[in-house]
Amino acid sequence: MYWNRKIECMPREELKELQFTRLKTLVDNLYSNNRFYHDKMKAAGVLPGDLTRMEDISKLPFMHKQDLRDNYPAGMFTVPATDMVRYHVSSGTTGKPTLVGYTKNDLDYWTEALARSLTSIGITADDTMQVSYGYGLFTGGLGLHYGAERVGATVLPSGTGSTERQLELMIDLGVTAIACTPSYMIHMIDVADRIGVDFRRDTKLRRAVLGAEPWTEGMRQRIESRAGIQAYDIYGTSEMAGPMFTECEERKGIHVSGDLAYVEIIDPETGESLGPGQKGEMVVTMLTKEAMPLIRYRIRDLTTLMDEECECGRTSPRIERISGRSDDMLIIRGINVFPSQIEYTLMRIPEVGDQYMILVDREGALDTLTIQVEIRNEAFSDRVEDMISLKRRIESEIKKYLNIGANVELKDQGSLPRFEGKAKRVVDRRIMT
Amino acid sequence: MSEIITQLSIFVNNEPGRLAAIASTLRECDVSMKAFSLAESVEFGILRAIVQNPEQAYEKLRSKGIVMKKTEVIGIRLPDRPGAIFETANVLGGAGINIEYGYAYTGDNGPMMFLRVDDPRAAVEALGASGVKTLKESEI
Repeated sequence: MYWNRKIECMPREELKELQFTRLKTLVDNLYSNNRFYHDKMKAAGVLPGDLTRMEDISKLPFMHKQDLRDNYPAGMFTVPATDMVRYHVSSGTTGKPTLVGYTKNDLDYWTEALARSLTSIGITADDTMQVSYGYGLFTGGLGLHYGAERVGATVLPSGTGSTERQLELMIDLGVTAIACTPSYMIHMIDVADRIGVDFRRDTKLRRAVLGAEPWTEGMRQRIESRAGIQAYDIYGTSEMAGPMFTECEERKGIHVSGDLAYVEIIDPETGESLGPGQKGEMVVTMLTKEAMPLIRYRIRDLTTLMDEECECGRTSPRIERISGRSDDMLIIRGINVFPSQIEYTLMRIPEVGDQYMILVDREGALDTLTIQVEIRNEAFSDRVEDMISLKRRIESEIKKYLNIGANVELKDQGSLPRFEGKAKRVVDRRIMT
Repeated sequence: MSEIITQLSIFVNNEPGRLAAIASTLRECDVSMKAFSLAESVEFGILRAIVQNPEQAYEKLRSKGIVMKKTEVIGIRLPDRPGAIFETANVLGGAGINIEYGYAYTGDNGPMMFLRVDDPRAAVEALGASGVKTLKESEI
């Protein structure tokens, strides 16, 4: 099922033409009418006329998050406030919050992207979707809300929090799909367990659209087997508009609609373009944005571009599950560690529960890594030595996969923090000088 | 076999307030502890408790998310005289039964000892054959 078959299945050559036409129009316009982009292009020694084919995009300079911050609040906007219909403010995963403005068309394209995505995972007018992302300044709630409404689904705008009440509504209203962060999904499943709600028996939930934080395949398997649902990965950042793109039912990468966004992968160190299949930092150009264009924006998320066409029939390029944000990388005793690698390792150990925390400290000159995990009841043994050997086994798995020594602390259920919005599982207590 | 006693073994994080939190859940669930011991390592402890109505207490506490399991132990009344523990241990040793841990308690009916052994049924039999009486849950 397609929402917009013509665009979604457009032959690659035609798509490329459309992309180039849109890029050219955008760059011409910005060079003539916007101080920031004009100066930036001049400084890089590139003129609109230097763009003769899509590949020439690599001549354009990169944009950075710092550009958005330096020009806060309105310096990056290319339309007057009167043309703006909404603002969102990013959660500031790293550093200061970022302001994003939207014109009517911007909202329309964002919603269109979500309508395509939701349709691609089988969500239709017959569905009732609970939107358990935060509503408000965060893009997740309102974004999914309008996307689900556009496909004709019935929306339950429950936002975050009051989890028991959310479960009650899910049952009473026969909710079939949910959108939230993966960590909130886990939290909901935990709460359901505690109050005796069985997702399979008591709810009609079939699909979950999960994102806004990096998560792993192991976490997906746990969510699916515990709740008896299909979980799909959704991607997007506030700078792009918000959550926009999902996997299709094939679940082999996230489809990035080519008429709306152009994705490049670069080596984060050198800025050189990397080919399909090579992992690097994602650079995004938004081809239709009006209020706050993005041209070669370094989004800092790490992924791989999959260029071959998907079996679902959509021709759009796909990106692999985001493996982390380059800003999230921890350097511990000189070793690069991504929190997602730790999650990957933990989720493969059946005795480990679904909640964990990563604590980084410095003792003297030495960094220390502590990983706290909740243990599953089935893994508990009455014998102290069994528990110590479980702890050692987790430590040795971490050592094996990440090549770093960690101290693993076993915790009982409910003793680690739960997250309703974006999870904050890493606590870095080192004082950087 | 009615002379096997169900002990609740509860995982406790070794951090301030955690035992209090679990004790508070026990109170909430109306679980009364008759005897207990706390085994500890650097980072966590295992609370082993003999309670009234262990099956019911287990269900209630599990529904609160407490990490726990039921463990079979045996109970022995200890005569208040030298050599009492020796006799029991000697019988078990002679029968090739290994004692993993044990703890004592003095209740209304005098001193008792609870033992976790690798084969509780064989232990009850061996002790019975040498005249050492093991306790039923109702006798604690």
